[in-house]
Amino acid sequence: MAGIPVHAWTLIEAARAIRDKEISSRELTRALLSRIERIDPKIHGYITVLPETAMREAAVCDEELAGGHTRGPLHGVPVALKDIFCTKGVRTTCASRILDNFDPPYNATVTKKLREAGAVLLGKHNMDEFAMGSSTETSRLGPTRNPWATDRIPGGSSGGTAAAVAAGTCFAGVGTDTGGSIRQPASLCGVVGMKPTYGRVSRYGMIAFASSLDQGGPIARSVPDAAVVLAVIAGHDRRDSTSVDIPVPDFLAATERDVKGMRVGLPREYFAGGLDASVRESVERALKALLSRGAQAVEISLPHTEFALSTYYIIAPAEASSNLARYDGVRYGFRADGGTGLIEMMSRTRGEGFGAEVKRRIMIGTYVLSAGYYEAYYGKAQKVRTLLRRDFTEAFSGVDVILTPTAPTPAFRIGEKVDDPLTMYLSDIYTIPCNLAGIPGISVPCGMSPDGLPIGAQLLGKHFDEEALFAAAAAIEREIPLPRLAPLEE
Amino acid sequence: MAFEAVIGLEVHAQLATGSKIFCPCPAKFGAAPNENTCPVCTGMPGVLPVLNRRVVEFAIRTALATSCKVQERSVFARKNYFYPDLPKAYQISQYELPLAVCGHIDIEANGTSRRIGITRIHLEEDAGKLVHAGAFAGAQTSLADLNRCSVPLMEIVSEPDLRTPEEGGAYLRRLRDILVYLEVCDGNMEEGSFRCDANVSVRPKGRKEFGTRAELKNMNSFRNVEKALEHEIRRQIGVIEDGGAVVQETRLWDADAGVTVSMRGKEEAHDYRYFPDPDLLPLHVDAAWVEELGKTIPELPGEKVARLSSRYGIPRYDAELLSSSRMLADIFEASVAAFGGNPKVTANECIQWKEAIVTGRLPPETIAHVVEDRETGTISATASKTLVEMAIETGKPVRQIRDEKGLTQVSDAGALEAIVTKIIAGNPKEVESYRAGKAGLLSFFVGQVMKETRGKANPRVVQEVLKAKLE
Amino acid sequence: MAITREEVLHVARLARLALSPAEVDKMKEQLGSILSYIRQLDRLDTSGVVPTSHAIEMGTPFRDDSVEPFGQKEEILKNAPDREEDFFRVPRIIED
Repeated sequence: MAGIPVHAWTLIEAARAIRDKEISSRELTRALLSRIERIDPKIHGYITVLPETAMREAAVCDEELAGGHTRGPLHGVPVALKDIFCTKGVRTTCASRILDNFDPPYNATVTKKLREAGAVLLGKHNMDEFAMGSSTETSRLGPTRNPWATDRIPGGSSGGTAAAVAAGTCFAGVGTDTGGSIRQPASLCGVVGMKPTYGRVSRYGMIAFASSLDQGGPIARSVPDAAVVLAVIAGHDRRDSTSVDIPVPDFLAATERDVKGMRVGLPREYFAGGLDASVRESVERALKALLSRGAQAVEISLPHTEFALSTYYIIAPAEASSNLARYDGVRYGFRADGGTGLIEMMSRTRGEGFGAEVKRRIMIGTYVLSAGYYEAYYGKAQKVRTLLRRDFTEAFSGVDVILTPTAPTPAFRIGEKVDDPLTMYLSDIYTIPCNLAGIPGISVPCGMSPDGLPIGAQLLGKHFDEEALFAAAAAIEREIPLPRLAPLEE
Repeated sequence: MAFEAVIGLEVHAQLATGSKIFCPCPAKFGAAPNENTCPVCTGMPGVLPVLNRRVVEFAIRTALATSCKVQERSVFARKNYFYPDLPKAYQISQYELPLAVCGHIDIEANGTSRRIGITRIHLEEDAGKLVHAGAFAGAQTSLADLNRCSVPLMEIVSEPDLRTPEEGGAYLRRLRDILVYLEVCDGNMEEGSFRCDANVSVRPKGRKEFGTRAELKNMNSFRNVEKALEHEIRRQIGVIEDGGAVVQETRLWDADAGVTVSMRGKEEAHDYRYFPDPDLLPLHVDAAWVEELGKTIPELPGEKVARLSSRYGIPRYDAELLSSSRMLADIFEASVAAFGGNPKVTANECIQWKEAIVTGRLPPETIAHVVEDRETGTISATASKTLVEMAIETGKPVRQIRDEKGLTQVSDAGALEAIVTKIIAGNPKEVESYRAGKAGLLSFFVGQVMKETRGKANPRVVQEVLKAKLE
Repeated sequence: MAITREEVLHVARLARLALSPAEVDKMKEQLGSILSYIRQLDRLDTSGVVPTSHAIEMGTPFRDDSVEPFGQKEEILKNAPDREEDFFRVPRIIED
């Protein structure tokens, strides 16, 4: 790969180069660490960088390789994690003041799996606080900036991860997606992001936001890269009762699959009038790419789509209000000073420790679960969720994948929507239904706006059929080559 | 106006599994503070619960033993509230869909048999312990020990079918015995493995509607439950007779003062915001599993009491005492079977040595052997007691001790004749007085023979021989 | 749909969130508009629809009753904001 700087390699290229001893893990890691040092201050993708431990891990990888031993497909490759995954010995903050100094007593299963595959951990990525947001502006550590235009948001809540990948400051990352938090930032940053089927990736050690919606997934610069990472982190985990005990397919092989005869559903509700022109155009390009490879377009309807946002904004805050109740200043994290007595300590801790968006969602969640309101809100939302799932089940009886825009617009400016929560929530209209149904979804770059901002197309699949998504996304990627590295001046 | 009480009891039983309900920490009592903890039971960020199968088994067996209907599908729900001994700030419990419903326990109190309904049985996790630092009231801090977090609990709720404190006590004792029989719980109220809260109200006799009820807490023994109920019933009747109304509230039993104290004002109304726990899938229990567990249910206390009293002709009271422990009842039956001896005597022996038997310190054949030896006159009653004590101490077989210590008594009339003759010959005056009518002197002669034989003669036989010879 | 100031304060207390007066006002406004929006679900007829209480409905995963002590007490206590020996220390509950 002469002439291409190492940080621009794909993950697969980097892994191969290490295996073939063209480059050492130490050299690769050092290159990325120095890039982080130069570039990250412009975009702030990282909360924590681990120069010493990363170099130590890289050294160990090199020694093992010299001894003829490879741990796994990511041997020696530097990657990073959204700061929502517990990493023992490395502070894990969820970008919140309330976990500012939290050192987890254990490793998340995702963390363990990456290590077992030989990956080197560069650091932890910035995010919206407790994964609540669509712009990475609610982080206590300040926003992450879109590497394609640093006055713009990178999307959220895995904005730090998407930005870092697009800026070439890691070969891939693992984010989390509850209502679109992997797919939407991937789309806005011009990279690939996948939310697997609910139950595919263990949630043990993945700090919970909304338990029935959260899933961890890969963000990378190519579809095959995402497939390799997903294969590493997926799999049944006995520590997670919601993880499903089924074998992990060969996702990488799926990226080579033919899409001939694949039926691509186009839900009319996602293409209504008012859709941003460059988004519409880009997604149509993606469709053409698939059709040119032998796929067929099928018009479908997902009739309850308009109710997805409300359903989500009842269920997710409800679960979050309960999941975040443990942050009470007793066993870990921030504890507020002053105040008399226990109740005041807890209330001030949480009042001062959480940001505005988190508090807002805790309030909504507490309200919709409270006595007298449960049936009208939570009970009702659970039923509408059933209707939304049925929409997909029915649609998938006639199509193999569904194609939609990922985000309604390209990246907007930092600060533009911060004061209007409802408008912010509307950024997720295309991604939310997928989480409610538990099905997998991927975002793959398919165009650019006139301003040079990336636009992604979303593909949705049947439960546990990530392979179809990888096949279709790879086909789009091959037909529409787009730069995956943001042109940040050095 | 005559009143009657309406009582419902809520029992929380700690299940005697090795590990906790949602994590593999030891469920043991008595470890150093925060010793038996892990990220899961201390509610660390990112942790998830995984259900212990044996906990479910124990609950299913309890449901079967109390004639409850085991639900094919039940759901774990989160009960949300803030407290330092509750790490996740929610307790995983079961709310709308519990594991079992609609059972009953039959009890006997005040000479009447009654059937007490069981509304539901469900599973949940225990909380930790909050210790108040410093013995003085001015202490500013509390200390949290999370060892007990996630120890498995089974909550058993009775219908408000109980009418008197005695019935309450009988219900609790019977329930406890059932749980101990099934080996699902230690049944120890003092140690907290078996806890009881009560709901009490009163109403004019004959009225159908329930009166306002108070919830009673902090009763740490069966006796205290009965006393608290007695007191509260009287208190409520007093309130009504004075023209007042009973307030719905929680009251704590103060064992020292012998009164219930209102907690109102100290306890805010809780809105627990129950919802199904998304981290745990619904619990499915199929009929095959229930059937298989049904085979492991032993004869239950109620059945055993009835059977022992009818089969062995022993008083019901004795049968109840024997049935308080499966092991005790088993030893009793084995002992009677061993030589077909007197059940009443055997029962008395078992009851007398109950403590040693249930703690396993008495070698199993002991009772059978001492009862048989007494029946055959081989040992005296006094010797019997001594022998059992020594058996407990040394663990040796009782007949071995008997022979080593020479504690057999002489029961053969022929062997005793010579000595009796000697005593009679040596005490002519007393013989004359006796023959003249002083019947009480018989014991003098018996005493002399006993002295002569150094206590080894069987006093009954001695008496018979003496009587015969003195005529 | 209006949410009253009292309701905001009540929910904040349930959730143990101390809010400044300015925050309470803002919350009242923002929650009000969010709650209005989500009431759109009232338009849907959901009679007879079974609620989705769990993302997947499959056989219950169990663990065996085997004891595996975590054995790292210090790891559990290391993040404690306040501790006394091996206890977590918290302010006493003030009784009214």
